[in-house]
Amino acid sequence: MFGRDAIVTEIPRLRRYAQALVGDAARADDLVQDTLERALNKWLLWRRGSDLRAWLFTIMHNVFVNQIRTPPLVEFRADEAMPEAQTRATQADGLALRDLDRALAELSADQREVLLLIGLEEMSYAEASQVLGVPLGTVMSRLSRARVRLGALLDGQTGGASLKVVK
Amino acid sequence: MISHSVEEQELHGLSDGRLIASRRTEVEIWLASHPHEAAQVEAWRAQNAFLHRAYDPILVAPLPARLLDAIRRPGRFSLLRAAAALAWLALGGIVGFQVRGEYPSTERQTTLPYQAALAHAVFSPEVRHPVEVDATQEAHLIAWLSKRLGATLKPPHLEAAGYALLGGRLLTGEGGSGNGAVAQFMYQDGRGARLTLYVRNDASGNGSGETAFRFAREGNIGVFYWLDGRFGYALSGSAEKAELLRVATIVYRQLNP
Repeated sequence: MFGRDAIVTEIPRLRRYAQALVGDAARADDLVQDTLERALNKWLLWRRGSDLRAWLFTIMHNVFVNQIRTPPLVEFRADEAMPEAQTRATQADGLALRDLDRALAELSADQREVLLLIGLEEMSYAEASQVLGVPLGTVMSRLSRARVRLGALLDGQTGGASLKVVK
Repeated sequence: MISHSVEEQELHGLSDGRLIASRRTEVEIWLASHPHEAAQVEAWRAQNAFLHRAYDPILVAPLPARLLDAIRRPGRFSLLRAAAALAWLALGGIVGFQVRGEYPSTERQTTLPYQAALAHAVFSPEVRHPVEVDATQEAHLIAWLSKRLGATLKPPHLEAAGYALLGGRLLTGEGGSGNGAVAQFMYQDGRGARLTLYVRNDASGNGSGETAFRFAREGNIGVFYWLDGRFGYALSGSAEKAELLRVATIVYRQLNP
């Protein structure tokens, strides 16, 4: 019972990240499902005692990168209003959330991953570097660019008001 | 505009809570005379908070069956089980949430005690973001959650019982017949042990129910829950059952003076 549960416990965080990464709820769960299946296939490669969460996020990164590189190119989000998971639609500031979805979609996949691993998943810069398989300096420069770009996008969409509703 | 210098990295570090305390103080002092950079740090922190606000509700949403099926495939399971037993030991203190041997049905996932225990398990281990609005902004917290739940909702004060209010967050519940809004208040005792009070709109479905205390256990989390008027309440924690009952009684009395 332990093995399944240890992974089950990580699923909510994998779903949160996937949702923010690909925007669409069904596609996000596809990504999580592919990640879980690959994790089972590679289970013997997991080093016991190392961080299970980091390992699962690394697998998800690889699956994600393969998906966006493999034709037919997976198209991120339709231009039309994006279907929102029911759990999010009931949050009253749905408009601001949709702004955020759109703004994230405008970032490059590289920037979006770094921004979300650090800003949402609260990984350290070193952990993000490990999960993404890029040097620390690359993580920092992507993070910097992502934050500047996200700030500009949110300002542009909402006249600068959206971040103020957060608190 | 800052170039890609050490300073900018440190501003990111400050935004993300990654600077060591001594350096953090130095950078904060420096920011006091650099308003442009200070505003930038504030904006980055706001971005992080916005990300949490937007996507944290997914953490407590019921898991789709297909994802659970994905890790239930027979054949590999015994191997998985053996390998992961060690993982579990390594992770035990971090994970904090021990689901039962069988993952619960979707139906059971929507019950008040299960939802409350899950929300407790997800948020109580959080170091940086245990709450969305902290207790120093209590008036704002009350106004915000009351608006979302459609009735005045004040967090009980449990200092006398040894627990300080950390703050609260808004969640989305499943199974209630209200608007789906759920409030979670978090408390902490002097040793860092946390309790959460989960308040769900119209948990009974009829809106006028009142029940005695009931107790449920989900993994290592105990939950006392009851219905009162249009709300369902659940107090969760990994404390002893008697301790939970003691606090639950105080909560109940404060809500029904």
